[in-house]
Amino acid sequence: MTTTTIDDAPFIEPSATAPRNYLNDEYGVLSWLLTRDHKRIAVLYAISVTVFFMVGGIIAFMMRLELLTPEGDLFTSDTYNKLFTLHGIVMIFFFLIPAIPAVLGNFILPIMLGAKDLAFPKINLLSWYIYMIGGSFGIYVIITGGVDTGWTFYTPFSTQYSNTHVFAVTLGAFITGFSSILTGLNFLVTIHRMRAPGLTWFRLPLFVWSMYATSVVIMLATPVLAITLVLLMVERTLHVGIFDPALGGDPVLYQHMFWFYSHPAVYIMILPGMAVISECVAAFTRKKIFGYKFVAFSSLAIAFLGFLVWAHHLFVAGISIYSAMVFSFLSMIVAVPSAIKVFNWTATMYRASVSWQTPMLYVLGFIGLFTIGGVTGLFLAALGIDVHVHDSYFVVAHFHYIMVGGTIMAYLAGIHYWWPKITGRMYPEWWARLSALLVFVGFNLTFFPQFLVGYVGMPRRYHAYAPEFQVLNVLSTAGATILAAGYLLPMIYLFWSLKFGRKAGTNPWGAVGLEWATSSPPPKENFHETPVVTWEAYDYPAFLKAMRETQHG
Amino acid sequence: MAHAPDHADHVGHGPAHHRAPIGMYLAVFVALMVFTVLTVAASRVNLHQWNTPIALAIAVIKATLVILWFMHVIHSPRMTWIVVISSFLWLGVLFVLTFSDYLTRGWPIY
Amino acid sequence: MANPTLHDLQHPGSEEAHVPHHPFLQHHFEDLGQQHEASTLGMWFFVAQEILFFGGIFAAYTVYRVMYPAAWSAGAHHQNWRIGFANTIVLIASSLTMALAVWGAQGAKRKFTTLMLVLTLFLGMTFIGVKAFEYREHIHEGLFPGSAFTYVDHEHPELTRGVELFMLFYFIMTGLHALHMIIGAGLLIWFIRRSWRGDFGEEYYSPVEIMGLYWHFVDIVWIFLFPLLYLIH
Repeated sequence: MTTTTIDDAPFIEPSATAPRNYLNDEYGVLSWLLTRDHKRIAVLYAISVTVFFMVGGIIAFMMRLELLTPEGDLFTSDTYNKLFTLHGIVMIFFFLIPAIPAVLGNFILPIMLGAKDLAFPKINLLSWYIYMIGGSFGIYVIITGGVDTGWTFYTPFSTQYSNTHVFAVTLGAFITGFSSILTGLNFLVTIHRMRAPGLTWFRLPLFVWSMYATSVVIMLATPVLAITLVLLMVERTLHVGIFDPALGGDPVLYQHMFWFYSHPAVYIMILPGMAVISECVAAFTRKKIFGYKFVAFSSLAIAFLGFLVWAHHLFVAGISIYSAMVFSFLSMIVAVPSAIKVFNWTATMYRASVSWQTPMLYVLGFIGLFTIGGVTGLFLAALGIDVHVHDSYFVVAHFHYIMVGGTIMAYLAGIHYWWPKITGRMYPEWWARLSALLVFVGFNLTFFPQFLVGYVGMPRRYHAYAPEFQVLNVLSTAGATILAAGYLLPMIYLFWSLKFGRKAGTNPWGAVGLEWATSSPPPKENFHETPVVTWEAYDYPAFLKAMRETQHG
Repeated sequence: MAHAPDHADHVGHGPAHHRAPIGMYLAVFVALMVFTVLTVAASRVNLHQWNTPIALAIAVIKATLVILWFMHVIHSPRMTWIVVISSFLWLGVLFVLTFSDYLTRGWPIY
Repeated sequence: MANPTLHDLQHPGSEEAHVPHHPFLQHHFEDLGQQHEASTLGMWFFVAQEILFFGGIFAAYTVYRVMYPAAWSAGAHHQNWRIGFANTIVLIASSLTMALAVWGAQGAKRKFTTLMLVLTLFLGMTFIGVKAFEYREHIHEGLFPGSAFTYVDHEHPELTRGVELFMLFYFIMTGLHALHMIIGAGLLIWFIRRSWRGDFGEEYYSPVEIMGLYWHFVDIVWIFLFPLLYLIH
């Protein structure tokens, strides 16, 4: 049995009972598969999303190998179509969307609120099972021959012409949608109704604000995707013309409805990343986040404005030019709250004594890469430039800077930051810093050349290309190799640390926040006593003063 | 009641105790019936372009009656109002921005 | 837990220290009030996502209605408004009995609540039965979209394709609505059993309340479907 050191907890009395925690409270496979403990469900999610991340990553690497040479030598064009489709579907629906909310949010959010669990523990477990059922459709499709529509399932190709497993994979995405709806619902109710005594809205950590905004987007966008996929499945089954122009339908309507979900889905991916970044910035600068309320409300602003911009994906699809101008303008507006966050994080770091542990390295990576991704997003929001670079590698590089450079960087920052809390063990710092460096270098080498090659005209989604693009593509593939090494390293050393890592103690970072006041790993009910919150979030000045007094007194 | 009074800091308190008189439910039911007859009657006469708006207006009134009284929103906390209003607001976004495309496609391009 | 919680210390006389646990209080809630508020708020969020779910198909419906007004009008003439009208009354009546069931549960009227739930189930099943009858008629006329669609509008053959699109929306919208009714009916059967067993009372009626929210929402969807599918001039 692992024991946890109960030491410098500033305001919770050490428990007199044996140090049981959520990991050793019960044993056996069933105690995991039937658990209602949000922490165990988070671990289940962590394992599942890691598997999907590996699947999606391997597919991506196969594509990069094909693109090493201008000729299509490794795969046929049909196979390549299936590769980029499956890469997109797996990474978006089964990794990026659940990654931070369902793993880190599930684990940390109730503890941050001082709650014993999420409001609906059974629904939380149910949402994991729904996710697994949806995911198994994805795996089934990969094994039985794939799907070639692109992750967007554009009609009428997906409904009338593609002879791959469109129905199964859209059903999988439809089912998985309910998993995220239930997670979002659970978070919203928990944040509203389960806060500890004294934990008022403006005392909440910014993680909670961002998760709240994410959940709102999930709740209001995902059902529209669900109904859109229902229409798609009906059209494909009955061969009728909801979206097929030959039968009287309008394919642009499909794109409108699909992007009403899928553009906000970008914010479902990036807002949780921002949640993690706010926590890490405060913890490693030992300062209050500069402009707390601006950061809090900018999350809600992103959640709302994110719904008003979807048709910038349709600028060349034949929508009205007047509508396109409105959407172009609105797409630029949404950059404002994102920029507010970036400025506030950097302002927090200004003149702080920053400790450069691994999570903070990932944070720096996030801020830089997210800014590049955001600024190139402004290029794409401008109508003229979008028409020029539409469906080129410029777009591919842009959204990878947001999703990989943003969300995955933040996910890794969060995993490292809360790893001692989740497992009770420290990860090896040297190896972790090395992997952060590899990820940063590898990422930029992979995707920066894609901006250049896209801007000069290389289209996305082809397995062969003109020879003059080769140098930049070779650079990109070389970067992908480094990136792969950067992602494999944490999987190895984090696994190693489960057994051999240094014991973490309650608060290894000296951070404030309720999750650092309970033992590592936390007990099953999170706190031995319901905490009463009398301080603001990130109150480092008061916390450091109290620490000094305890040490001297 | 076996419940403690509201805690000063806690968001929770006892179940909402408002229990409307039974007559209220019957009155709402009668109103819904009247509007249903009205909507059918209105559809039997040719009001040209006004048939659809009138049918929809009646449907909105009926839905509002159900939401406010059958679903108890009228006596619910502010949060319930926010949830109801914002979900219709978001639906409005879907309609307005989608139709910003469809209704302006025919406009001239200079 | 061996130690009294801070909550107990701050609020002597509340909760588990003196009053035995209510059998339906879940361990992670402080009291039944918190549990009630959490479950009703949760149901409201669920209803919100349902509004967007049905809202999506209403939006698609509107796009095509604006595109093909004549076909929509022709398609609606295949609906029997008398049957739709009768079914609307049945459904609104079931909403009334559902509301009364909640009212009864709040007043711990066990038999009244159970009776009202049974009536709601009966009216709901009547609605489904009538709907099934309508479906059978449509399929008989060759109005089911896809390869089974054999109907031709002889007066205006150019409308045939549009009528098929209308019927497609008719079947999807009423079908999804009926699916929600069937799920609701399944829940009602479970609730009738619980109500008869005496689970509900003044302190604990939130399950009936959120069942009611769901049922009324399904009713509201029909309130819009009826004029949009049966009463097009």
